[in-house]
Amino acid sequence: MHDMSAHAVPHGAPTSFIRKHVFSLDHKVIGKQYYALALLAALIGMALSWIMRIHLGWGSFAIPGLHLLSSTGAPGNVLTPEYYLQLMTMHGTIMVFFVLTTAPFAAFGNFFLPIQTGAEDMPFPHFNMMSFWVTFVGFWVLIASFFVADGPTLGGWTQYAPLSAIGSVGGPGQGLGVVLWATSIAIFCVGQLFGSLNFITTTLDMRCKGMSLMRLPLTAWGWFITSVMGLTAFAVLMPACILLILDHVAGTSFFVASNLVINDQVLPHSGGSTLLWQHLFWFFGHPEVYIAIVPGMGIVSHVLITNMRKPMLSHRVLIYSMAALAVLSYMVYGHHMFVSGMNPISSLVFSFPTLVITIPSTIVVLMWLGSLYGSKLRINSASLFALGFVSMFISGGVSGFFLAQPSIDIMLHATYFVVGHFHLVMGVAAMFGIFAGTYFWFPKMTGRMMNETLGKAHFILSFIGAYCIFMPFHYLGIAGNVRRYQAFTDDYLIPLIPVHKFITVAALVTGFAQLIFVYNLIHSRFKGAIASDNPWQGTSLEWSTATPPPHNNFGDKMPVVYHDPYQYSVEGASADFIMQTSPEKINSPNEEK
Amino acid sequence: MSQADLTMHGHSTAGAMAEPTFSVPAKKMAMWLFIIADTATFAGCLVAYGFIRNATPNWPRPFHSITNVALMTFILLTSSLTMLIAVREAHAGDKPKAFRWIMITAVAGALFAILHIREWMNMIGEGATLFHNPWGTPLFSSCFFAITGLHLLHVTGGIIALIAVGIRYQGGRYKADDIEITGLYWHFVDLVWMFVVPLVYLLNLSH
Repeated sequence: MHDMSAHAVPHGAPTSFIRKHVFSLDHKVIGKQYYALALLAALIGMALSWIMRIHLGWGSFAIPGLHLLSSTGAPGNVLTPEYYLQLMTMHGTIMVFFVLTTAPFAAFGNFFLPIQTGAEDMPFPHFNMMSFWVTFVGFWVLIASFFVADGPTLGGWTQYAPLSAIGSVGGPGQGLGVVLWATSIAIFCVGQLFGSLNFITTTLDMRCKGMSLMRLPLTAWGWFITSVMGLTAFAVLMPACILLILDHVAGTSFFVASNLVINDQVLPHSGGSTLLWQHLFWFFGHPEVYIAIVPGMGIVSHVLITNMRKPMLSHRVLIYSMAALAVLSYMVYGHHMFVSGMNPISSLVFSFPTLVITIPSTIVVLMWLGSLYGSKLRINSASLFALGFVSMFISGGVSGFFLAQPSIDIMLHATYFVVGHFHLVMGVAAMFGIFAGTYFWFPKMTGRMMNETLGKAHFILSFIGAYCIFMPFHYLGIAGNVRRYQAFTDDYLIPLIPVHKFITVAALVTGFAQLIFVYNLIHSRFKGAIASDNPWQGTSLEWSTATPPPHNNFGDKMPVVYHDPYQYSVEGASADFIMQTSPEKINSPNEEK
Repeated sequence: MSQADLTMHGHSTAGAMAEPTFSVPAKKMAMWLFIIADTATFAGCLVAYGFIRNATPNWPRPFHSITNVALMTFILLTSSLTMLIAVREAHAGDKPKAFRWIMITAVAGALFAILHIREWMNMIGEGATLFHNPWGTPLFSSCFFAITGLHLLHVTGGIIALIAVGIRYQGGRYKADDIEITGLYWHFVDLVWMFVVPLVYLLNLSH
């Protein structure tokens, strides 16, 4: 609409405090704001997981002060079954939307995509500012549900109907809690739309001279592909959330079937479809998994290449594989619904692309492993976390082969096997991508280096810790341990409680290791060693500008690009690496045009 | 106007940027992308409607006549034509003419909206609301009002955009390209209506 044309206008360096740090139009400030929001969300999400894990390991243990969070949800500082589910729902929602989508995509993407394409800013700075502040509001709407009468919703981050649509008869938080949840997510979708518009137009239209699409670094490709997915995925989730809100506030019954009896009450709804919600949700939900992981793939490739001092075996194959993941991610969503009562033929149809999507994933992994083979990798916190990402992605991915087949999924569905699978492949892997990006780009973002010793300690504890938490989940799942139970009282579950206790201890230790990271982040921000312009001897455009970059990214002179992004160890060249902006002539067989 | 003509931060970037991909400048690209996203939103709603319609036995077919909807469709299609003329005049540099045609388009849009609201009021008068429907399952009304409401929201937004862009174009702040970009949106709203009519109206004609 007219706004879009109005906003593609230049903006000078800000002078007031508010324009500089609060309602900033600068993509770099917006990127940092997103990062701060994601960090806050991650800490809240992690604290919630601690409470849940303690409850699962030692069900009667009173956590001091817990009643302050909710006096009805945690009387005597012990969780009620319902409140356990409410915390679980908030953990999932906060982590998926406000951490895994926000940090690798919106935070790093905002900061580095325009710099890596050689632009002075994104084409629509006002939209960019709005995308952050809209997301910010969405976050607090979600958090607000902790403080309403019966607390946040307990329906799980997937909010399956009919439970999510029937109102407070479904349990605490199913009334206002769901409405706040759906409102928050609908708001979040708007923010993603603004972000995606900017990311795509930046990539396609804001490249500096000489920067062809194939000369973009893999990070830029990761963000670009992610924004294409985000453009349509969130556009479907938003009307789904609005229909859900209508079911609550306008008396419609899109997602509730006729004559449903809940808690001995016949509900007044008639005629809706419970499966419809799952179709709409997972049409968004599966691309969302790749929205969380593809930016991480880009970041990890970028970090590994810089530290291996050689390009990937094939730049193009990696890009094509990430694009194939994006396309296929829309065709596989039904694999979340194998046991939903959907037509079994549909299961078969969805199973096929689900197995096919493992092919580009495998190609990406083989690219990393093949490129790592024989390379002299520089070991630092960033490259360690990149290796950790590869490891987590493989471990979590392998269990996907099992879940992709309806016959096996019938047994494993809704067990801890699934929980272990997606935590490794999407949760921990994406978090490791965020960590790799943080250690790698922190010098450019703040002008100071992070502490390497603390970083390595953080890595070792997180790596071992994550496996100690999530590998036993697979064992629990195969043993039949159902997910979303708040206590294990059945005969066959009681012998598994020691495993849960082990996981809880591992989760607490791993969680405390994250505090090392937070300390390192804050301490280095103010006391870290001063960073040079190019501390890792990288080649892409972010390393050819000052640290931290000036308001218009490149100072007075726009960059001109002569080479593709990863010219390391080129034969006959004057140095170990050749910057994209270096006019030096080279003979490289791999040079992109 | 190409992207290279944009100046940012006070110094010219002319010649400093690579050619825009597909030679589409950023503003127009953003509108196309918004249209793609909005298509997904409408598609989600229409698929949901189809899903519910198929899953419901005895789906009501309350519409008796297509006179009103045919008239609305005719007006909206005509407004697309007037929009085309406005864009052509704008590119030809005839500002007063272009402005006049933009306003005619906005008036046609308003006419469509009035006819639509009149139809809504009639249906509400017969007892149809989001959660109640005199002809059978309430879901019919829920779907009808949700989908046509979303479309009406887009029409209203379009009218406001047309007037705002038109006035600023006349004042010299906006260029012919901005008229074209607004036109893209207007045609999109029109195109969506061409899906709404058969799916929501014609399929529910009584016979």
